[in-house]
Amino acid sequence: MISLKNPAAARTATATVRVRGAQAADLEQIIEIDADITGLRKASYWGEILRRYGGARQQRFFLVADHGGRIEGYVVGDVRDWEFGSPACGWVFGVGVRPDARLAGIATQLLDAICDGFRRLGVGTVRTLLARDNHLVLSFFRSQGMMAAPFIALEKDLD
Amino acid sequence: MKLQKNTHLALCSVLEFAARPGAQLSAAEIAQKYRMSPHHLAKVLRSLGRAGLVRAARGAGGGYRFAGNTRRVTLMDVIGLFEDISAPKGGGRRAGRRAKAESGAAAFEVEDALGIVLAEIDEIAKATFRSITLETMLKLVARRRS
Repeated sequence: MISLKNPAAARTATATVRVRGAQAADLEQIIEIDADITGLRKASYWGEILRRYGGARQQRFFLVADHGGRIEGYVVGDVRDWEFGSPACGWVFGVGVRPDARLAGIATQLLDAICDGFRRLGVGTVRTLLARDNHLVLSFFRSQGMMAAPFIALEKDLD
Repeated sequence: MKLQKNTHLALCSVLEFAARPGAQLSAAEIAQKYRMSPHHLAKVLRSLGRAGLVRAARGAGGGYRFAGNTRRVTLMDVIGLFEDISAPKGGGRRAGRRAKAESGAAAFEVEDALGIVLAEIDEIAKATFRSITLETMLKLVARRRS
């Protein structure tokens, strides 16, 4: 756990956090982090994400922040080509950090790592999609320099 | 969401203070920079003071210092001090227009539908303001400068 009480200590601790690909052994901790944040335990969903995005896959990324064996956070994303005419871009569709490890730059490290992966694939833009009332994560992405994209998310109820 | 003049003054002032957290700035200094009326600005600064975002500095020259947390305070926190953000703008049936609309149900439905679209735009604007902290704004200002 990274203490938030001492920002200097938190910064030092961040230096020992290693971002790497997610493995099967990380799954339980990832499920626990997500359940802590969302209040929902989605074991089969994360199992499927690991199956599709885990390991070294060309356009898919499932990364974790490992702090001496304790998983502090994760990020998931992929490269999508020509969705509604948009040239290839990186998509981040999941990010989470343990509440007691926040404000230590872990999400920033995770986002930087996945963006490096996107860049290596020749992608120059990263996008995400969030609920309007998810102030915490919206503020995080804003703090990373993300701005409104030239798209509008739409939905309708299917009766 | 259309911001009133006071809200705009408050946002400019807070960002000015937040950019120099230790510095003591006078109302006159900020008023001159943004070509505002010092009298008008003084009222805005008193509201910001009551909200704990700035603190009046004593001593020669007076002035104010920033007293908030740039990583926590969002644009919406400042806007909420000056605008009524709780009341839905448009959307639903507006009582003031009900009598007029009674003469034609079709007109009423059109107004109602337009209200829904305007409320949607308003919600997006609010979400945007809520997601941007003062620190993020200062980074944006720095990027525009470089």
